[in-house]
Amino acid sequence: MSLEKPQDEQSNAVVAKPTTGEELAELLGDLAIGRDDHMNAPGFVIRPTDVQETLFRLRDDAGFDHLSNVTAEEREDRYETIYHLTSYDDRTREVSVVVPTTKDDPRSQSANPVFRTADWHEREAYDLIGIEYDDHPDLRRILLPDTWQGHPLSKDFDQRRPQVVTLKEWANPLADDHRDSEGETMYINIGPHHPATHGVLHVRTVLDGEQVADVDPDIGYLHRCEEQMCQTKTYRHQIMPYPDRWDYGSAGLLNEWAYARAAEDLNDIDVPEYAQIIRTMGAELCRIASHMLAVGTFALDVYGDFTAIFMYAMRDREIIQNILEDLTGQRMMFNYFRLGGVVWDLPEPREEFFEKIRDFLDDLPGTLEEYHDLISGNEILQLRTIDTGVLPPEVAKSYGATGPVARASGIDYDLRRDDPYGYYDELDWDVITDDGCDNYSRLLCRMREVEESAKIISQCVDLLEDWPEEERTIQSNVPRTLRPEDDTEIYRAVEGAKGELGIYIRADGTDKPGRFKIRSPCFSNLQTLPEISNGEYLPDMIASLGSLDIILGEVDR
Amino acid sequence: MSSDQNQPFVTDDSKVQTKTRDARMTGTGTDNRFNSKLREAFGSSPFILTKFDNFMNWVRGSSMFMLQFGIACCSIEMMHTYSVKHDLDRFHAGVPRASPRQADVIIVPGTIVSKFAPRMKRVYDQMPEPKFVIGMGSCTISGGPFQEGYNVIKGAEEVIPVDIHVPGCPPRPEALVYGVAKLQQRIAEGESSPVTVKPYELEQFGDLEQDELIDKLAEEVDTDDLVMRYNWADSP
Ligand code: SF4
Repeated sequence: MSLEKPQDEQSNAVVAKPTTGEELAELLGDLAIGRDDHMNAPGFVIRPTDVQETLFRLRDDAGFDHLSNVTAEEREDRYETIYHLTSYDDRTREVSVVVPTTKDDPRSQSANPVFRTADWHEREAYDLIGIEYDDHPDLRRILLPDTWQGHPLSKDFDQRRPQVVTLKEWANPLADDHRDSEGETMYINIGPHHPATHGVLHVRTVLDGEQVADVDPDIGYLHRCEEQMCQTKTYRHQIMPYPDRWDYGSAGLLNEWAYARAAEDLNDIDVPEYAQIIRTMGAELCRIASHMLAVGTFALDVYGDFTAIFMYAMRDREIIQNILEDLTGQRMMFNYFRLGGVVWDLPEPREEFFEKIRDFLDDLPGTLEEYHDLISGNEILQLRTIDTGVLPPEVAKSYGATGPVARASGIDYDLRRDDPYGYYDELDWDVITDDGCDNYSRLLCRMREVEESAKIISQCVDLLEDWPEEERTIQSNVPRTLRPEDDTEIYRAVEGAKGELGIYIRADGTDKPGRFKIRSPCFSNLQTLPEISNGEYLPDMIASLGSLDIILGEVDR
Repeated sequence: MSSDQNQPFVTDDSKVQTKTRDARMTGTGTDNRFNSKLREAFGSSPFILTKFDNFMNWVRGSSMFMLQFGIACCSIEMMHTYSVKHDLDRFHAGVPRASPRQADVIIVPGTIVSKFAPRMKRVYDQMPEPKFVIGMGSCTISGGPFQEGYNVIKGAEEVIPVDIHVPGCPPRPEALVYGVAKLQQRIAEGESSPVTVKPYELEQFGDLEQDELIDKLAEEVDTDDLVMRYNWADSP
């Protein structure tokens, strides 16, 4: 693979890597034909035929080894693909590569040979916007049905025109490959309605005996036009309810924070410290709930345990949902953050509320011990999960994996620490990593992260309890209508429950975003599925799928 | 549970002789979901037939097998409804079956999009009669928060018949339990939503009316492939 050589070079690269706009401009030299800086990073405009060369150079000579996101959009006079690059070692180093193409032939080079994650991102860009990528191995629709007409986020799309969708039999992609009579493979569909797919995922699987010969996750069964929705709503209040519905595994506040962070930076809004602490506490509660769901359903996948662990996980989630309901007023779809703070203060009487959280935190070590007894200490589960679904760190990086999936492959990358926001940098907690790279490590990572989150919450509770009454400002002063300046662009990410959840917003001078792009961690994580399950046994593929912990709402958006 | 369900052999004819019911009895209606083999065996005396039917309906309502069917956010709350604390099992409805062929009730918990609707219809078709549908959440009523989306079906009712709608985004588990209880009551009373032709049905490609779009797709799609045609302009 073309990836191997540069990886070595990178590890002994020079210490001071080019980071500022000038340094990068010097590095890129003639490749850059213009500048288009974004609020978060310097941006360079390049020719559509230079994509691979530019990205190779940035990756190998400047250490930008993480293609975080690919945004495509149609502008008045051109199409544009933006590659948002950053680095796993230092998240604050960012650069954007802007590739404009003409209106009549929107065609540029694919970034797939440089970063494998570009595969799906570019398919999405093709599907929704209509840009074509040369050299792309498999440029077909990804979210919409194959027979769909038009590209819905392009300017001339007519939403009212009829569409036809087929219910077809899928063919075995390897059927032609049976060279001799022995090599028989069998094709099976897993999903879109299947208990092990965590929602409406369709996995086209080809089996050779009991072993997986080929898997192709087919997504888009829950593509609810989240980006279109956000582009048609106003910044101030209307967008905030939508993030709750991206990663709906109770990660609502984490998602809201992604939007809040991007929009606050875009509009230059400060958040009072007190509100930051409430946000941090709420977000970590969400993280625990979401990891509990992951652990419970993983156990369900691996040994069909609907009665013990799943129910335990649900019981604990129920407690968290109660706490969050006290705080926000809803069990799942909180809509609690506002730009510049949160919507209301902690519930009265405060002591009771703190008591409730403390009770939960006090019980948590015991609960986790119970989980460990039942799950991670269980020999059957260990047999099933250790050394299955192995995801080596270089592969994880190339696919843009983040969150527990990356951390279980030994990649020390957590936005809460590496690109601090909220109140995280004032608190005492650790980033969990594990270098087992397998299904078991991913499970362990989540369970240990629950402990870290509990640490954060208890510190927040202490802080909130002692906070002087007159300084409890929950919102800063934010204008009623927000109209960020035309053509300001920003890409900001937070550490969601599943990994790096990023938002790209381009303002067009109105009170609604011109382009709103969601970088979903699950989307990138799911992309590693073929990599980690080809050649494994079929039940291990199901376990791997469970260990990636995808939420289809976030994959499809 | 209402008192007449506790006495299954007493029939209050004034209550059950609804229009749909008449249609079923005479066999002229579109809906014969309640026609059981046993009823045929018992002969034609209306007195016994009504009573036996009543009994059967009571049985059906009191032992419902739910299809394990998760779509979107609402399915998380649905899982909570099945689990500890809310425990739908207490209401004779807590056995989630993974296969549609073993289920009587399908809870549709989430947003239905263009790619998924044909599959959902297929799953619904695979369930044995009599079958019932609970639409959970605003998305199954109208498309909910995503109503204006280019890819979103404006409610489950466009594709399959829905017996009970539980509003909310997502509905609390209590609300879903209430919805299930209401469905049981309806079943016990012998009511179900009529099976009618829906705006979006699975059809053979060759049967679609010819127009520009169909001509364009003719190369990709075989005439006997099943397809669903969405006329977005006519959607509510
Ligand atoms: S009704 Fe609300 S909670 Fe339920 S699926 Fe739709 S958006 Fe999600």
